Amino acid sequence: MIAYALAFGFAALGVALALNLWRLFKGPGVADRILALDTMVINVIGIIVLTGIASGSGTSFEAALLLAMVGFVGTVSYAKFLLRGDIIE
Amino acid sequence: MTAATPASADLIVSALVVLGGAFALIGSWGLVRLPSLMERLHGPTKATTLGLGAMLVGSVVWFQLAEGVWTTHELLVSVFLFVTAPISANMIAKVHLHRLRQGEVSEGAGPAGTPGPPPGSADWATHEAPHEGTPGDFAGD
Repeated sequence: MIAYALAFGFAALGVALALNLWRLFKGPGVADRILALDTMVINVIGIIVLTGIASGSGTSFEAALLLAMVGFVGTVSYAKFLLRGDIIE
Repeated sequence: MTAATPASADLIVSALVVLGGAFALIGSWGLVRLPSLMERLHGPTKATTLGLGAMLVGSVVWFQLAEGVWTTHELLVSVFLFVTAPISANMIAKVHLHRLRQGEVSEGAGPAGTPGPPPGSADWATHEAPHEGTPGDFAGD
């Protein structure tokens, strides 16, 4: 049963990534694109977690943690640049 | 996947993975479907908290029941995501307000309309230097 559940999870996250990509191209504003990128990072973390369950190895969670950190820093730097015209003042 | 997986682990982890995938899909669907950015911010937060949370709990349960080991990386990831998700949503909302007040016509204002000017000589967030007496403005103190 876990195989079917994992297949559903991968399919759902794949469709979710496609929807995020549509929002990333469509816009209409810059904030929408930042939000779409942020959501894409969340969905990719989900794919990494499911890959960890499917492969049975715990090594992929460092990748998930790194992606969570880098995604957050990326979102905040986009937003800071648009708000202040600079990232580190 | 090991052959000697307990049936309970199979059931619990399957339910959690399906729940997580469904919430991630619903969050991204909301990101496409909702009409303005302030409403669109609402969708992916569900994907972050409930969707990824369910998947990470499923991963913890899977490694405990099927492999017999406790893993704490998932808890680290979920704590980090739960702490950072409101901060990034707040920053995106500030960018939206800032660009609305700059008169970017491409952005829809949302149900609440364009925000009015803040009281006094204060400002939301601009390209200007901080005003005199702003907390954190150490040069003006």
